[in-house]
Amino acid sequence: MKISLFIPCFINQFYPQVGIHMVEILERLGHTVDYPERQTCCGQPPFNSGYWDESRTAAVNILEAFQDSEIVVSASGSCGAMLKVFYGDLFKDTPHEKAAKELSAKTWEFSDFLVNKLGVTDVGAKFNAKVTFHDGCHGLRELGIHDAPRQLLAKVQGLELVEMQDGPICCGFGGTFAVKYPTISTAMGEVKSDLILATGADYVVSNDSSCLMHIQGYMDREKKKVKGLHLAEVLAQR
Amino acid sequence: MIAPKSLFKRDSAINAADVPRRTFVRNALHGYEVKRDLNKAKFQDWQSARETASEIKFEGINHLDKYLAEFAKNAEARGTKVFFASTPTQAREYIINLAREKNVRSIIKSKTMTSEEIHLNDALEKEGFGVVESDLGEFIQQLRNEPPYHFVFPCMHLKRDEISQLFHDKIGSAQTDSPEELTMIARRFLREKYIQADMGISGANFIVAETGMISVTENEGNARLTTSLPKIHVALVGIEKILPKLEDLSLFLPMLGTAGAGQLMTGYNTMFGGPRQPGETDGPEEFHVVLIDNHRTELLADAEQRDALHCIRCGACLNVCPVFKNIGGHTYGTTYAGPVGSVITPHLRGLQDWKHLSGASSLCGACTEACPVKIDLHHHLLQNRRNAAAEKPVWWEKSLWIGFALLMRQPTLYYWLTKTAPIAQFFHPLVKGSILDPMQAWTRTREFPMSATTTFKDYWKQKKKQGAR
Repeated sequence: MKISLFIPCFINQFYPQVGIHMVEILERLGHTVDYPERQTCCGQPPFNSGYWDESRTAAVNILEAFQDSEIVVSASGSCGAMLKVFYGDLFKDTPHEKAAKELSAKTWEFSDFLVNKLGVTDVGAKFNAKVTFHDGCHGLRELGIHDAPRQLLAKVQGLELVEMQDGPICCGFGGTFAVKYPTISTAMGEVKSDLILATGADYVVSNDSSCLMHIQGYMDREKKKVKGLHLAEVLAQR
Repeated sequence: MIAPKSLFKRDSAINAADVPRRTFVRNALHGYEVKRDLNKAKFQDWQSARETASEIKFEGINHLDKYLAEFAKNAEARGTKVFFASTPTQAREYIINLAREKNVRSIIKSKTMTSEEIHLNDALEKEGFGVVESDLGEFIQQLRNEPPYHFVFPCMHLKRDEISQLFHDKIGSAQTDSPEELTMIARRFLREKYIQADMGISGANFIVAETGMISVTENEGNARLTTSLPKIHVALVGIEKILPKLEDLSLFLPMLGTAGAGQLMTGYNTMFGGPRQPGETDGPEEFHVVLIDNHRTELLADAEQRDALHCIRCGACLNVCPVFKNIGGHTYGTTYAGPVGSVITPHLRGLQDWKHLSGASSLCGACTEACPVKIDLHHHLLQNRRNAAAEKPVWWEKSLWIGFALLMRQPTLYYWLTKTAPIAQFFHPLVKGSILDPMQAWTRTREFPMSATTTFKDYWKQKKKQGAR
């Protein structure tokens, strides 16, 4: 299967290892990986800020970048949800409506793709550590992904998964919300961090690097030792 | 007057910093969540119950004209007086005139958020009527001269000792640590008031078109006393509370109790079908239902967000909202706080003045997941943001996003700009956290990740080159 990777802009910039590990894992599973190089940002920041015209301008670039792809796999649940769910709203009643629907239909979030499209739960990873899993809200509630990352983690040798109390709670990132309402966002980050610390895990794993950027940012400032890892980083450990 | 947005920013910062209070509130709300899940499990299928409830409300709201007329006809047939108020002024005047006409001196109230919405107590007191809230939480808030903190749990932010102190200061009771004793203090005080009152004012949780009845849900029995002892009962109700059929209550009554307070069923559920009928020995001599619009029909006209009128005010969305949990109810500055308040307030009180509430959300969607009538709450927040920006864009934000969007269409320029990020970050420590720091909103409380010197795009270019070799 030829897989086109969607590497969100901030992963390209701050967490390239996430994309690199995705390439390694998918190639190891015998697939051809492609990366349409003209991709930039999916347009979610202006979309969430209410500036939909500007969001469309950016998003059209993504529609074009992936128009010839068979399957698009996203490194982030949130940006994946933008392509899969919100492009439908954004391009409704515009000339790009059809292209947006096509992209939506062929877009997958990484863990969902491995488990529910490829039928793979064991990628042969080994990772001796105690981890907890953070559900990014967009992946969880827009894309309905809950079990897939846990199924993958369950097959990682040596890994112990400890769930957080209180169920899936937002980490407080929320894109531009984090800088528009920093006090609320930070309070949410603090609550989330306390839940993570209470598990006694050494790592917090997520299928969304944007949440991890927020959680890690708060943890580092507070001098906590927990480290954030994208699911792909765990699955690439051997 | 300080703009609502500035007040919100100020109060959210103050309350988010009050860690003991917000931890207390969060733990209390978590308790409701646990009980909610326990009782949800007693439904044969909670998800299909939500689906059905949403369909019933859809029917009611999308044929509101028909069902309101049916309600009025059936209610009037049993002697109920029905008054349609478009505006808060009309509703207040109707009630004040009625009270004057009937020589009312004191008024007892059970919990009604619509009266908060139209500031009824202030208006009645200004006219010289004595008004007492009979719901324990509302009574406490009235003594504190403060609006309800949460529209289902009005004083959930208060600790026992604060309530004891309040009772001591305001009604001269002895200090106590016992919740039962605190309840008894309020009860002794309120029993007198029920007997003195000439008029009882309630809200309604549902109004049933088919039978012309209103349905009131409560846990303390105070609404029954409020509505049956005084000679006049006035119910103040938002027009969206309509249900087409009596049997609809068989779903909505347990659902309301479960979704909000985590009860299998609320303590007392009463249906009122009219004033005292000939041959009956008790009940009020007069029963008035004041149905209020107050911009609800404007929300009705918005096809995209009309489902916000499905709301049964159960409080489920507040209970799960991480923003509400951290900033508390009063910060919103609205009658209806939390996610549903952030959705509807811009419609009820003006988009530009209240759009900041839609912005103050991480869009996590916990509210939508919890809503028993399936209101698409967090997506409505997005729509409010879009509508606000389309109606009146903020010039600097608009310019920023135009520039951003154009850059995203230029992959080569974008690539070279990403290469400059590490240089900018090299100099960042010089200003980090200071007022000159463009990232200060983030860096004041959080670290920012370092940009990679080899981005994914670099890696890919390299990989392609190696592959070609």
